[in-house]
Amino acid sequence: MAKILSYEEKDTWIHELSGVTKLIFFLLWCLTSMLTYDTRVLVTMLILALIIFKISQTEWKQVGAVFKLVMVFLVFNVLAIYLFSPDQGTAIYGTKTVLFHIAGRYDVTMEQLFYELNVVIKYFTVIPAVFMFLVTTNPSEFAASLNKMGVSYNVGYSISIALRYIPDVQGEFTKIKHAQEARGIEMSGKASLISRIKNTATIIFPLIFSSMDRIDVVSNAMELRGFGKHKKRTWYMGKPLGRNDYLAIAFTVLFSVAALVVTFADGSRFYNPFG
Amino acid sequence: MEPMIEFKDFSFKYRAQKEPTLRDINLTIMPGEKVLIVGPSGSGKSTLAHCVNGLVPFSYAGEMTGTLRVGGKNPADLGLFGLSKIVGTVLQDTDGQFIGLTVAEDIAFALENDNVPQEEMIPKVDEVAELVDVKKLLGNAPRELSGGQKQRVSMAGVMVDDVDILLFDEPLANLDPATGKRAIDLIDQIQKKKKTTILIIEHRLEDALYRDVDRIVVVGEGRIVADTTPDELLVTDVLEKQGIREPLYITAIKHAGCRIQAQDKPMHMETMDLESYRDKVRAWFDKTEGKEKRPDSASALKVEDLYFSYVEGKPILQHIHFDIKKGEMVSIVGKNGAGKSTLSNLICGFYKPTRGTICLNGRDMAPLSIKERGEKIGLVMQSPNQMISKPMIFDEVALGLAVRGTSEDEIKERVHQTLKTCGLYPFRNWPVSALSFGQKKRVSIASILVMNPEVMILDEPTAGQDYRHYTEIMDFLKEINETLGITIIMITHDMHLMLEYTDRAIVIADGHLIADDTPAKVLTNEVIADKAYLKKTSLYDLAVGCGIGNPSEFVERFIAYEREQKKAGKPDKREEEEMRADG
Repeated sequence: MAKILSYEEKDTWIHELSGVTKLIFFLLWCLTSMLTYDTRVLVTMLILALIIFKISQTEWKQVGAVFKLVMVFLVFNVLAIYLFSPDQGTAIYGTKTVLFHIAGRYDVTMEQLFYELNVVIKYFTVIPAVFMFLVTTNPSEFAASLNKMGVSYNVGYSISIALRYIPDVQGEFTKIKHAQEARGIEMSGKASLISRIKNTATIIFPLIFSSMDRIDVVSNAMELRGFGKHKKRTWYMGKPLGRNDYLAIAFTVLFSVAALVVTFADGSRFYNPFG
Repeated sequence: MEPMIEFKDFSFKYRAQKEPTLRDINLTIMPGEKVLIVGPSGSGKSTLAHCVNGLVPFSYAGEMTGTLRVGGKNPADLGLFGLSKIVGTVLQDTDGQFIGLTVAEDIAFALENDNVPQEEMIPKVDEVAELVDVKKLLGNAPRELSGGQKQRVSMAGVMVDDVDILLFDEPLANLDPATGKRAIDLIDQIQKKKKTTILIIEHRLEDALYRDVDRIVVVGEGRIVADTTPDELLVTDVLEKQGIREPLYITAIKHAGCRIQAQDKPMHMETMDLESYRDKVRAWFDKTEGKEKRPDSASALKVEDLYFSYVEGKPILQHIHFDIKKGEMVSIVGKNGAGKSTLSNLICGFYKPTRGTICLNGRDMAPLSIKERGEKIGLVMQSPNQMISKPMIFDEVALGLAVRGTSEDEIKERVHQTLKTCGLYPFRNWPVSALSFGQKKRVSIASILVMNPEVMILDEPTAGQDYRHYTEIMDFLKEINETLGITIIMITHDMHLMLEYTDRAIVIADGHLIADDTPAKVLTNEVIADKAYLKKTSLYDLAVGCGIGNPSEFVERFIAYEREQKKAGKPDKREEEEMRADG
């Protein structure tokens, strides 16, 4: 069964941290990365992200498929920026160093390349943080953390329940797909894309119907055991914040503040090597 | 002593229905009693249970008259959550009931909802896990557990609340026979240890009676038709009238022309006093004829030296070999997870064998694609909901032909022909959603049959169906088998099915083929039954108890006799059903 982007238990201090800590880190990290275009800050973040990723012992097979997908988006993004605003770099940095001319208004400039490099680095600072957060956080513990931070436990539990039943639904999907293939519905590369999309319906409908049966059972089972009785609930997997959590949170906050101070010290969020 | 559950002149009507589902129910259950509730599908036995645990009327609304007291209180005052402190329900679908991401969390679920602090929760979970023997599994995810283990977790999950009543909704439905036996035993131990009141809803009477129960309540058409001790009940013909299968040894003794007496304690085969029946049973055995051997025909499906593993070094199937002849009806049995489904996946071509060959009519199928195999070997899934993808019956049955580019005229002709065979012709223009579960099952069989397969594989064809529907489906399959000559392979853990309807059982345990013999021989062989998590049939014990030297022959003759009777006596049920649909 595919275990892409799902929690895996490992013995590292990152896994030990509370879900709250990792959520705070994740949010602040992404925020900082979004706000800053300061190359010095971005490179520092990139190095830190890679170190953290390494410590979390995340393996390629856990994240590889998703990483490739993100790379495709990244390429599209970079090309689109160039296509729609080839002079963005010049507008930001105020100079224009043409390397060579392509056609019409499309020049390749140093400034544009540098600007797009920053975009690429931004991607690479966020990606490890996302992966690390997803594969090192126990979903139940995370639901507990969210609840502790004041989010309704219904939200947290929805995530847990989804994760609980995803493997079951995947198994069901495979079974139904097989049975329909045996009836002659072609799902492999032999069929044209359009007929494959049409054929998907013959799997999706049975899947929906059998999932609906399941939802009925699950919601009865939950109610019969008192889910939703009180405004609050406790958590078997809840984890109180420890020393490492406070340290990690403190570090994250300080780092973000420092990064933003450095970024905005000169009144622009861009670092300008050309001026 | 105050009753634990008390129904007085109680009736209930679901909001969407015209007629009440339960009428004039008067039932008193005392603390610590163990009561078995039986009845055919649609009799109202589940509704009765839902009234006790509060799903009726809090989740399924309707009108009630009369009074109901649970734990001395009025359920209306307690609400669903209040009731959940008194009644713990273990649902039939143990997969659906498993809510937590791990065993420990699932057991703790009710405590979490009750705001029990973590430091009290952990020892409590440990304690209950110990009681049902899942302590070692606390960190496991549901997909790593067997059906029996999941059920035990479900039990623990409701017992953490120290409930007074435990309600089991068809606890045997998803378990293989041996695991089912253990479940019944565990329920018995819990009752003895904790003095909990136990309600078991189950239509597999013989299996449920593996341990003593105090009373059996029979529900039929919304009323209580019997409420008595098992010994008293087995003497009457109430079960037969309600379409509930009585224990096989009871049927056999009745065939022998005996009247069973309650003082002989017929509740368990092992402890029943056979003195007054022995001679008649023996005489019956001597005069009854066995089954004729069917003539050997050509090979239909031949499996040779088959191996399969997902990961090298961890074989799922090893050295499997058998030869199924044309027109045979064969069961593949074994405990849950023994590799039965993998075998059917290999035959259909969903997986490729690591080694070995699968031949159809003597030709190796390895080069054939899934689609090509599907024209010769039809697969019917356990639940029709897993197959039906078109809103109209005609379109659903036509699907397999339509995607193969068959002409419209031919499709029409073949679909109509198949619908007639399956007794679905009157419904041909109906939407699938208007059909009952049994009829949907028939649609899913029709959608395979329309392709004229030579072999049909059915995964648990009778799962979750009561005796009447079970008989209907199986008689129908038998008919297809006999009239169309289609070879039928059934994957099942229903021992009655293999015994009554198949001539041959292929037994798989832990990836090995351990027997390939008549069901009667398999089910009278203790070693095989144990290994494959089957249960020795009670007919065996009866034969031994009556001093019959060849118990498996006794079983053979019993089955032959039953089939003979069925052929002679019963009118075609399907026609009745059609009339009902038309009317």
